[in-house]
Amino acid sequence: MSLLEELYRETIMQHAQRPHNFGPLEAPTVRVGGHNPSCGDQIELYLKVEDGRIAEARFTGHGCAISQSSASMMTDLIRGRTLAEALELHRKFKAMVVEAELPDPALGDLAALAGVAKLPARVKCATLAWNALEQAIGQVGEAS
Amino acid sequence: MFDPEAVKRDFPVFAANPGLVFLDSAASSQKPRAVTRAMTRYYEHDHANVHRGAYGLSVRATEAYETARGRMARFLGAEADEIVFVRNATEALNLVAYAWGLAHLNEGDEVLVSEMEHHANLVPWQLAAARTGARIKAVPLTAEGRLDLDAFEALLSERTRVFAITQMSNVLGTVNPVAELAAAARERGALVVVDGAQAAPHLPVRVRELNADFYALSGHKMLGPTGAGVLWGRREVLADLPPFLGGGSMIEEVTIERSSYAPPPQRFEAGTPAIAEAIGLGAAADYLMRLSMENVWAHDRALLEYALERLAEVPELRLYGPHGADRGGVIAFNLGRLHPHDLATALDERGVAVRTGHHCAQPLHRRLGVAATARASFYVYNTPTDVDRLVEALLEAREFFSGWL
Repeated sequence: MSLLEELYRETIMQHAQRPHNFGPLEAPTVRVGGHNPSCGDQIELYLKVEDGRIAEARFTGHGCAISQSSASMMTDLIRGRTLAEALELHRKFKAMVVEAELPDPALGDLAALAGVAKLPARVKCATLAWNALEQAIGQVGEAS
Repeated sequence: MFDPEAVKRDFPVFAANPGLVFLDSAASSQKPRAVTRAMTRYYEHDHANVHRGAYGLSVRATEAYETARGRMARFLGAEADEIVFVRNATEALNLVAYAWGLAHLNEGDEVLVSEMEHHANLVPWQLAAARTGARIKAVPLTAEGRLDLDAFEALLSERTRVFAITQMSNVLGTVNPVAELAAAARERGALVVVDGAQAAPHLPVRVRELNADFYALSGHKMLGPTGAGVLWGRREVLADLPPFLGGGSMIEEVTIERSSYAPPPQRFEAGTPAIAEAIGLGAAADYLMRLSMENVWAHDRALLEYALERLAEVPELRLYGPHGADRGGVIAFNLGRLHPHDLATALDERGVAVRTGHHCAQPLHRRLGVAATARASFYVYNTPTDVDRLVEALLEAREFFSGWL
């Protein structure tokens, strides 16, 4: 199987074309912009946090299949999690795409992005939404 | 006789990467052995600081550095004392925006640019405008991707103090009629600044015939090393230009209170310059002049025409930029709804290197109505086979992503 076939599978292409949780969130607890200056990909991440849990997560923006599918699956995964749990998922996702570690089962469908680790030029695409998440959680932490 | 296969053999990177189809020279070109050898030779035989040593080695280093300046003068049809070595075109344009702009721009003045400018010929003017109260105006583009000349006439006024224009678009490949536009702008009393980063590597440039006051280029896009570029300035304009950076080498006499400055070009080369890089750039200019820039341009044009013809075979491929003789070897494109970044990964799997993104030209992409494009660009070492490989890789990518286009 080529790198291309390994990466661009049904899961990723479906999320990229019909992203889940796409569109702004009204009255978010926190809103963070992410930007990949080398390719112009953009994301706005909106979180509603209630009692230390992510009650709602949505995003807007534009980008490649990797950045869009990553944001789509991430917002699915973090809903209902505590901020600490979301940060732990962030760590596990980075370990997978940056350190090329085997996907942690907790990442669910996001394991489909494991192939990104072999494409250094695309790591920034995969982590765009996750970096925004880390920043958003930091802002909520500071505010509380 | 220009033989790109023979040229290719002068570039070790292709022997080191068999099968590589390098189509990103508009971002940075590869380097011939003549350039890397000139730099190594300098470091191994002749290195010392320039313009100061009272010993043979320093004299040789100075001679090598000044020889490089002379070569750049010949390359641009200019005089050696009009050639200022800088890091790249970005630094050259900043030098003009700061040294000339801050001294001459006032509230209500206008800086006229175009919508196809690289950020390097836009952001420095925004910085100068923010400090002086000047305003930025931009010549819009036609649907084909040329400058709207009627709009240019309408925008040009007595308030226009600077006309800053690229000679060739790094996205559309459009070659602008700089000499005519510059003549009109100078008639209104505007300073004419030409961004030659994309044009100078590809077509014969005689700066005096461009009616320009300044011309900027980057060495690394014209077979030279990174870290060396040129700002050409018309002698009369350079003579009156205040310094940009202060320090050693650019002075005549220094007291604690004040200094007098050296004449150009030394006035604009504060500190120890990138000597080896300047020598490498001189060697690159020499290499190009031996090929002859007329041949380089003819090769560029022939590859472009062949590529435009062959790319028409790829369904759903959208091409940007004009058709005609006023177009260099740069092709921006998008395939269906596929994001260019995903497309580039597919092309890379086939050994075809293209760039994706906004290519440091966000206002242009906004005008095109897309966030990003993929871009293939040609140079002396590219062959029709490279074009064939690009077309094959595009057809394969289209097949692979067929359900999602």
